[in-house]
Amino acid sequence: MLKIKDLHAKIDGKEILRGINLEVKAGEIHAIMGPNGSGKSTLAAVLTGNEAFEVNEGAVEFNGQDLLDMAPEDRAREGLFLSFQYPVEIPGVSMTNFMRTALNEQKKHKGEDPLSASDFLKLMRDRKKLVDIDSDLTNRSVNEGFSGGEKKKNEIFQMAMLDPKLAILDETDSGLDIDALRIVANGVNKLKRSDNATILITHYQRLLDYIEPDYVHVLYKGRIVKSAGKELARELEEKGYDWIKKEFEE
Amino acid sequence: MVKIAEQDTSLLNLFNESRNLIEKDASPLVNQWRTKAEEAFRQLGIPSNKVEAYKYTNLQPWFKAQYAYSFSENGYQGKIDEIFKCDVESMESHTVFMVNGKFIPGSNGNVLPQGVVIGSFFELAKKHSHIVEKYYSKIAPVTEDGMVALNTMYATDGIFIHVPAGKVVEKPIQIVNILTGEKDLMVNQRNLIVIEENAQARVLFCDHTLTQSRFVINSVTEAQIDGTSNLDFYNIQNQHNGTIQVGGYYFNQEKQSVLNANYFTLHTGIARNNIFARLGGEHAENHISGLYLIDKNQHVDNFSYINHAVPDCESNELFKGVMDDASTGAFTGRILVAKDAQRTNAYQSNNNLLLTENAKMNTRPQLEIYADDVKCSHGATVGQLDDNALFYLRARGISKEEANILLRFAFAYEVIEKIQMPELKEQIRELVEKRFRGELDKCDSCVVCGQVDKRGLSCV
Ligand SMILES: Nc1ncnc2c1ncn2[C@@H]1O[C@H](COP(=O)(O)OP(=O)(O)O)[C@@H](O)[C@H]1O
Ligand SMILES: [Mg+2]
Repeated sequence: MLKIKDLHAKIDGKEILRGINLEVKAGEIHAIMGPNGSGKSTLAAVLTGNEAFEVNEGAVEFNGQDLLDMAPEDRAREGLFLSFQYPVEIPGVSMTNFMRTALNEQKKHKGEDPLSASDFLKLMRDRKKLVDIDSDLTNRSVNEGFSGGEKKKNEIFQMAMLDPKLAILDETDSGLDIDALRIVANGVNKLKRSDNATILITHYQRLLDYIEPDYVHVLYKGRIVKSAGKELARELEEKGYDWIKKEFEE
Repeated sequence: MVKIAEQDTSLLNLFNESRNLIEKDASPLVNQWRTKAEEAFRQLGIPSNKVEAYKYTNLQPWFKAQYAYSFSENGYQGKIDEIFKCDVESMESHTVFMVNGKFIPGSNGNVLPQGVVIGSFFELAKKHSHIVEKYYSKIAPVTEDGMVALNTMYATDGIFIHVPAGKVVEKPIQIVNILTGEKDLMVNQRNLIVIEENAQARVLFCDHTLTQSRFVINSVTEAQIDGTSNLDFYNIQNQHNGTIQVGGYYFNQEKQSVLNANYFTLHTGIARNNIFARLGGEHAENHISGLYLIDKNQHVDNFSYINHAVPDCESNELFKGVMDDASTGAFTGRILVAKDAQRTNAYQSNNNLLLTENAKMNTRPQLEIYADDVKCSHGATVGQLDDNALFYLRARGISKEEANILLRFAFAYEVIEKIQMPELKEQIRELVEKRFRGELDKCDSCVVCGQVDKRGLSCV
């Protein structure tokens, strides 16, 4: 589904990603861990087409297409989704209008008819249940005045609405209390199918107690320095990152 | 004759040549002001950008006696429903048409509450001389502003609204100001609105141009808002790029009165609004807002002056602009708090969204505070679209163009929210969206015809 080859990216002339290689297949869940500032969010931003970053080397293939060649909206329409580490507040744009516009643009892209108002509302209701989001939130402006937890739940709600092929969850677990964490994890698990895939960017083992990854990668200083099965997460939880840093520096 | 060196005298000459026609059959009380106005105008002239209040809008190139002016014709010859029509039969409003500054008789269908008068200023000024005597030229600064002086010299017709004490006009009063014709035209429209004690009214001015001629408009509206009364005032401009409009709106508020005034400049050439509100009675309050959406070479200058003359009043001002291409804008928010006007609350903000590097905005608060127990705040911002928000929307599959429109709309939304009438709010919301999509038509109007979703306004 996703093939990243020797990806380098920089911002303000500073190279943040320094040769990422990663392959994600349908049905898989990958966890990317790593200390703060190692480039996890940058990887997510580059994959989704944030123009603030410049890709100076490498290639990314997404379902056979050259991902880096596509506009952000086209990447989304092709089934890529990012749950933002810091969801943006957009006062004045209602959640409902936002979701209707997004969904219908994606439908248009696929050559499908836009949803009728009643079908749309039905879908909203249905997906809200899935992530147990306060129904009041969808009557408000996008993320405006939402608590940290509400913002994260709202990301998962949007993911449920848009039903992506590949979802990248950037620290969707951080700042969540245990109930919210369970809700988020539940949402991800319910949406998981054999034809979609998930990349979980996380700091903590905690989330991985609820969502079982097939692979765990450690990103450090812009490179994936270690990849293994889910047991790696537990090891990191116990020993921290220092041993990896040391290993890498040597 | 005192003559200012570079001052164009053509409008003075035209006035003197045409004075008989201008004064013919008009109220003597209105005519009586012309000499004083002429004297003032001789001194003041058309403001250039050397006049501090007009620093960002030089009106001199536009206001000259080079346009057609029809003094004798106190009425429009054609039929209004032939040029402008509402498809819904029972209009939930009192709708009045003005064509080229002149009242069109018979255009008001609904029955008014007893004693309420809406109609031609030319006619009604003669009939209601006590009102004219009390308020005409008493609220607008005839001797201080060249444009008001000019209007007072030439004033013939406009709208006259009188809501007697205790009366509530439930349905909105819609004034459709139409500019039309094959000739370039200058219009000096004069309006008088008097809301007596404990009365209420909602008044909409919908300004339109239907033909491509150049229209140069200098309108003056004086509004008296008596104690414990309430006026909601809306002005929506949808005029073509060749229009130059100076709209002077002068409100005088008595104790415990409430004024809501909202200005929407959806399309124009050059627009200058002079919005003056005097809080002259304790516990009076006003909420004045404006939204200007401009592109190409359009220019909008909102000049507001809130005069807190007595204690315990409140004023709130919010003006927002979305500016594209090489459009230019200006905002002046003058607030005067008189020496004894203690416990004044005065809030003001002006926020601008500049979509290009060529768009320019000048914004200046001017606070003059002579009382010590005052809560005053002002803030001005000039910014660009939020890249993070733009990316967030695109990352959900929304195209760049659509995301742009959503964000511009989001910016404008706060002002639309100030509209007190739900039907009008919905209508303006649609017009604003059309504007952002570049689909605003000259016939799109603020006129509310019946139900929200059954609108079918059109012009032939
Ligand atoms: N917009 C930006 N401008 C400048 N530097 C940035 C920007 N975004 C991220 N960086 C830098 O890139 C590095 C990686 O950041 P990030 O990808 O956010 O790390 P992580 O998500 O792993 O914590 C950091 O050193 C950070 O300071
Ligand atoms: Mg991060």
